[in-house]
Amino acid sequence: MGGPTSFSAWGLLRRAFGGAWGEQWRSPEPKAAYDAVIVGAGGHGLATAFYLASEHGLRNIAVLDKGWLGGGNTGRNTTIIRSNYLWDESAAIYEHSLKLWEGLSQALNYNVMYSPRGVMMLAHNQHDVRVFRRHVHANRDQGIDNEWLTPEEAKVFCPPLDIGRDVRYPVLGAALQRRGGVARHDAVAWGYARAASALGVDIVENCEVTGISRGLDGAVTGVETTRGPIRTGKVGVVAAGHTSVLMAMAGVRMPLESFPLQALVSEPIKPVMPCVVMSNTVHAYISQSDKGEMVIGASTDVYPSYSQAGGPHVAMHTLEAICELFPSFRRLRMLRNWGGIVDCTPDRSPIIGLTPVPGLFVNCGWGTGGFKATPASGHVFAATIASGKPHPIAAPFNLDRFRTGRLIDEAAAAAVSH
Amino acid sequence: MLLIPCPWCGPRPEAEFHHAGQAHLTRPAQATDEAWAAYLYLRNNPKGPHAERWRHLHGCGRFFNCRRDTVTDRISGTSAPGAEAV
Ligand SMILES: Cc1cc2nc3c(=O)[nH]c(=O)nc-3n(C[C@H](O)[C@H](O)[C@H](O)COP(=O)(O)OP(=O)(O)OC[C@H]3O[C@@H](n4cnc5c(N)ncnc54)[C@H](O)[C@@H]3O)c2cc1C
Ligand SMILES: [Zn+2]
Repeated sequence: MGGPTSFSAWGLLRRAFGGAWGEQWRSPEPKAAYDAVIVGAGGHGLATAFYLASEHGLRNIAVLDKGWLGGGNTGRNTTIIRSNYLWDESAAIYEHSLKLWEGLSQALNYNVMYSPRGVMMLAHNQHDVRVFRRHVHANRDQGIDNEWLTPEEAKVFCPPLDIGRDVRYPVLGAALQRRGGVARHDAVAWGYARAASALGVDIVENCEVTGISRGLDGAVTGVETTRGPIRTGKVGVVAAGHTSVLMAMAGVRMPLESFPLQALVSEPIKPVMPCVVMSNTVHAYISQSDKGEMVIGASTDVYPSYSQAGGPHVAMHTLEAICELFPSFRRLRMLRNWGGIVDCTPDRSPIIGLTPVPGLFVNCGWGTGGFKATPASGHVFAATIASGKPHPIAAPFNLDRFRTGRLIDEAAAAAVSH
Repeated sequence: MLLIPCPWCGPRPEAEFHHAGQAHLTRPAQATDEAWAAYLYLRNNPKGPHAERWRHLHGCGRFFNCRRDTVTDRISGTSAPGAEAV
């Protein structure tokens, strides 16, 4: 079939004199049957397909999406990448991801614009200080970089930050992961789609899964879609906010609730913000895109919803916090505001692995913070689907932990959203 | 922001309320691991009509049941606990 031409400096130079780039992935009709079907063409689903094809030799597979690829949370998030979580299980998967980010543009031959500009998490009260210092120590044990900064050091690292004491939530210090940063969200989806398609994976857009078919033994036999039935013995559900809806088609209730989560961008300005700053206590997440816009993440609404919008007062709350932390941004105008539907688990850790239904696999519960995990999530989920056994890094994130009580409680650990 | 009709105080802005999760969950009589996991963690999380609880935290302080569509966020009714479901 032949993939798209490889990107190179020579190719760039040649096209300066004319000639189109051509399409980067195929748009095939769905076949009647596949060896495996991935539901959801977000970053996680596309990465899963790419690693199934590239590392496990499964090429007769499809990724189905009800909309366009990357149109879900992948294309709506504020792209904060870091690996300084508290528990060893989390550190293992997020650090696996950070290592994959570091070589991803080369691996995919597609510039995902991974930019390790440093992620700084602000502490505003004694509780924050203790929790973040505990993280710094835990991370050192795990071999993960994370360091404690005084307010003055934080100001040096991020000059627009106000460290004055006469505000409601003064900055008392910060935890900095220098290897953390951001990447271009669309490029991640496009890069994985292009590389998977070149290996023979069918990516079928505008194809909503409406049912999961099962045989007399209960095992998966295929999916019903708006573009006809598809036979397959393996289904991987990677549908973020819609996971509960899909799993209900197979009679499985999930420990998930779906909430709208919002983000905003400002008008573009000259480079002023050198790093990513996050503050969970005042609910503000901010970085500057390469186009110059301030990219701002807000909180979730308090009630579950699929409205993909979110209340204006939630975004206002974040803007008030940003104006206090960065007084020089007060007169910036906001250009766009949107929402995504995030799937939250009770312990705020993901669920990756097998389900009570034979042949049905699930990768979900990434909630407000799964973009950073995209490469590792796809990598360990592909191994899990291919072998039928949980990958060692995925194993602790099993669905059964809610019965056994072995939770991976990042919610109590930091209650940080991204 | 939602306008939520408290059964006792009438329509009030969402900011006065605390969301209290899925309604009508009953504590299991038999404490098997499965029953507890379901009670504590499994949720319907439907896309469409949903029965939930709210508490009028900054008002009368009382809990009540509410029926809301999770696609449109439209509330079709609220009722006092134990009263006929709306
Ligand atoms: C505003 C916002 C800010 C965020 N900020 C960050 C951040 O800074 N850092 C971070 O790490 N994470 C962040 N996140 C979280 C992150 O975006 C997600 O965890 C991650 O992108 C999930 O990727 P995914 O591929 O699983 O989901 P998605 O990209 O949502 O993909 C799921 C796909 O499934 C499809 N689908 C659903 N139902 C069906 C069906 N029935 N049939 C077929 N297809 C279906 C959808 O159309 C969708 O394309 C943020 C999220 C939001 C909304
Ligand atoms: Zn009231």
